[in-house]
Amino acid sequence: MSKIWDIHGGIHPAENKQQSLGGPIQAVPLPPSVILPLSQHIGAPAAPLVKVGDKVLKGQMIAAAKGFVSAPVHAPSSGIVTAIEELTVPHASGMQAPCIVIATDGDDSWIAHSGTTLYREKSAEELIALIREAGITGLGGAGFPSAVKLQPRQTINTLIINATECEPYITADDQLMRQRADDILVGIDILAHILGDPERVLIGIEDNKPEAQKALATALQNRQVTENASAIEVVEFPTKYPSGGEKQLIQILTGEEVPSGQLPADLGIVCQNIGTTHAIYRAICHGEPLISRVTTVTGKACDKPGNFEVLIGTPVEHLLTEAEFNNALCPNLVMGGPMMGFTLASTSVPIIKSTNCLLATSAEENPAPPPAQACIRCGHCAEVCPANLLPQQLYWHAQSKNYERLEAHHLGDCIECGACSYVCPSSIPLVQYYRAAKGEIRLMAEEKRQSDRARERFEHHQTRIEREEKEKAAKREARKLAAEAAKTKREAEAKAAEENPEGSAQKAIDGGDTKATGDHDIVQAALARVAANKASPQDQRKRFERAIETTAARLAKAEQVLEALNTGEDAGQSSEKLAQIEQQRATIEQARLRHEEAKNKLAALNTDQSAAEPADGKAQAETATTNTDDPGLDRAATAIARAQKNAAEQATLSPQQKLQKQRDALQNRLNKAQARLAQAESEGSEQIEAFSNAVATLVAKLAAAELKLADADPDKTPKQNPISISEENR
Amino acid sequence: MALGRSSSPHAHGPRSTQWVMQQVLLATVPGLIVLTSYFGIGTLLNIIIASVTALACEAAVLKLRNRPIGFYLRDYSALVTAVLLGLALPPLAPWWLTITGTAFAIIIAKHLYGGMGYNPFNPAMIGYVVLLISFPLQMSVWVAPTGLMVDGIGAVAPSFLSSLQIVLTGSGIDGFTAATPLDAFKHNSGLLVEHFYQQTPQFSQGRWAGLGWEWVNIAFLLGGIYLLARKVFTWHAPIGMLLGLSVMALFNYDGGSSTSDGSIIFHLLSGATMFGAFFIVTDPVTSATSNRGRFIYGALIGVILFVIRSWGNYPDALAFAVLLMNFAAPFIDYYTPPRTYGHGKSGTIIHRSKED
Repeated sequence: MSKIWDIHGGIHPAENKQQSLGGPIQAVPLPPSVILPLSQHIGAPAAPLVKVGDKVLKGQMIAAAKGFVSAPVHAPSSGIVTAIEELTVPHASGMQAPCIVIATDGDDSWIAHSGTTLYREKSAEELIALIREAGITGLGGAGFPSAVKLQPRQTINTLIINATECEPYITADDQLMRQRADDILVGIDILAHILGDPERVLIGIEDNKPEAQKALATALQNRQVTENASAIEVVEFPTKYPSGGEKQLIQILTGEEVPSGQLPADLGIVCQNIGTTHAIYRAICHGEPLISRVTTVTGKACDKPGNFEVLIGTPVEHLLTEAEFNNALCPNLVMGGPMMGFTLASTSVPIIKSTNCLLATSAEENPAPPPAQACIRCGHCAEVCPANLLPQQLYWHAQSKNYERLEAHHLGDCIECGACSYVCPSSIPLVQYYRAAKGEIRLMAEEKRQSDRARERFEHHQTRIEREEKEKAAKREARKLAAEAAKTKREAEAKAAEENPEGSAQKAIDGGDTKATGDHDIVQAALARVAANKASPQDQRKRFERAIETTAARLAKAEQVLEALNTGEDAGQSSEKLAQIEQQRATIEQARLRHEEAKNKLAALNTDQSAAEPADGKAQAETATTNTDDPGLDRAATAIARAQKNAAEQATLSPQQKLQKQRDALQNRLNKAQARLAQAESEGSEQIEAFSNAVATLVAKLAAAELKLADADPDKTPKQNPISISEENR
Repeated sequence: MALGRSSSPHAHGPRSTQWVMQQVLLATVPGLIVLTSYFGIGTLLNIIIASVTALACEAAVLKLRNRPIGFYLRDYSALVTAVLLGLALPPLAPWWLTITGTAFAIIIAKHLYGGMGYNPFNPAMIGYVVLLISFPLQMSVWVAPTGLMVDGIGAVAPSFLSSLQIVLTGSGIDGFTAATPLDAFKHNSGLLVEHFYQQTPQFSQGRWAGLGWEWVNIAFLLGGIYLLARKVFTWHAPIGMLLGLSVMALFNYDGGSSTSDGSIIFHLLSGATMFGAFFIVTDPVTSATSNRGRFIYGALIGVILFVIRSWGNYPDALAFAVLLMNFAAPFIDYYTPPRTYGHGKSGTIIHRSKED
């Protein structure tokens, strides 16, 4: 007999197990229809493989596992798929979830299937694949896909079979062990083989199931022990709730605690429910997927309580009828045990893979709890907590929503067994507080995760922008330096030229050093722009094409939105909506403009290219200077020409003429600005102010220019720098 | 078909707050019987006056707070406060003393802090201290235990009628008083403990720690053992207190010289030791949370009790010791959380917060 350890806390509620142990496991007549939720397990819901109207056979897979932690669903009987829709599923929240509904045809005809008893000749991978294909999940209540648990990365030295069934009332596992101990032992041997025959294989069982223990002992004696079959030990320990919790059972049988946040596999332990081992036996040795289970139906509201072999998907009401359930006696119907089960809102929900019990207690049997009173911090809850928490402190902090303190008190380690609520003399629904607080904490963690990600993205964005800014600044600086260097070089050249009489004569015609340099700069800049534009016409074209596409898409989307706004259900034209529509129109207009602009640019590029393809930048510039009427001139070339023409003109003009020209240019600009202002005023645009300011400035400048012109009229020579004017004109 | 919804668990244990309070009341009975047999009807009168006052005050405050009166009165918590205060007050205390103390305990110490479960200080001890500070004369007069022979005259507890008269008028108690053993011991000047015991009638006629008082303490100890057996509370706080007191007494007994602070048995069976250990220190609302915390909380009460008894101005000091530790209870809680399943060290709540 192995040594056993004790767990902290625990309670001894009335067991009430005798009621449902009156007879053997009973069969249930085929229900007219079965409802199979796609998510009967922990993990991703299964994906349907059938469609409405399909004929399915018993044992046929109708929904496939989706992802690693998932399990497929099989048809529990033959029939026709009548619906795939959202139906109320057995869940504490009473929520709806996708289900496949099958109308049974009464034939109950099996799909072809076969199994083998020579499982020891198969590899672990093959067997795990079979278990996975059979849709087997933990039958103890949590419903974790069994195949996942059987593929630990760690080496397993202990396999623990949970036959505790510590919740009051439930006897499904007890009865299963009494009747099918041989099959169970085979199932355990399969598990041992898969896990590489761990050193120890233990069946943990409470001392309130002597008959089941006897059955297991007999089966162990009669077992046809092959050479390879693993040694299985049945370990009995005192009855106490919640010894059947996975962590608690591990502590009882090994004395070890599963570290918080880790898995039993980290200790080299795998734990499986005894019902699951039976399902694995059926799957491997008979090729049958998990389509039925043993469920206890009990409570004083049932005239014939007992254990039933029931098809997964059978509506609860169908099963309750078998147990002669009297709804009038039953204030609330619980799926699962009295400690951790949940109440059902309706009896139309189906039995699922993890349904170990339907508990229909009468009002006298389980009176409603008295109203909650204040916590007197008596500490009974801490006495019974199997996780050794301080429930009354958790309650206190849960009430004040102090999540930091809740985590400091290890709320996350609460297994929600309900022992604290059970003993609370003030009948405070402690577990409910913890569940709510856990939910809040989960939600907050999720929000934090999302905001962290958003912040990270924003920071990346900021760094990128900064980097780009820096690069731009560096480029500017480099350009500036280059320009200065060029300037000094030119000045040096000019000096050299001055010393050279030929050069000075030539410069004299141009009317001074500075001006000549200025003109030269303009030409140089224009040349550089042309060169840049010419550098990658292909790229440019691509860019314009992309721009056209993007703007077209944006335009289409904006129009859709407008459409949606216009044809929205809410016919009432609220001011908010009107504003939205207005805004949307503006967006469309903007998008349209951008689109056209991009198109024009592309067209211009195309013509430019066809015209200027053969000429290289310099040659073209030369052409421009010599022949201004050249039809193949591109925009940049025109600018060069204009600048050179200006320079030439200004060189030949008398100062008075220059001023006159200057004035004319200003007048021109003023006229344009006034026209713009007038337009803005007529449209009521927001830019009126800006335009009127511009007009005022221009008027002032014009006045100044006229004054100068008047001054110049007498034979005075103005000392104006023509460059500055030409710059203004640009 | 209508089916109710509720959150798990769907089963509930048989215990209720009423049951807990009833057990406490029941456990005071042996102590009350011994007190009455030695000191007369006075304590019973105290309890009756205190109970009526407590229930009236509780009902009035509940009405002011718009709470269901009947529901909360039935939790017996006010009654427990009243009975504990009644037991602690000197027998034949004037009626107004009891009423003042009880009203203060219920209205100020309990309800102003939020009512049952929210009071940081033990209401009965608050009531006691308020009276001790405000009316030191009335609070330090104790009736002589029946059978005490002083100068050849045997003390007799006052009759029912004279008791009633003393309680209602506050006069005429002088003929019935005597120093308590703690009081007498405190005023021992220059005698070896052995000689002092022989010369002082309280001790010479008693068995271990003074006539009457030793039996009162043993009776409260019995009540406490009953509560322990019923698992109303755990052993940690009371045993902690008795250990704290014993250890202090052990180190300061010095074999019974003229400056001795008293033996362990003297301290354990004197004054309010057992009453305090099992009925006051065990008040869960105002004590520390975890078992480890409760042990420390109790032990420190024992230490403070000894310190004030031996070196302070008051002959007994349960109320002060308890109130001082009520202050410290949340602090103790931070440093004494139990080790959670699957966690390495218990650590402290503060460190846990920082880690996470």
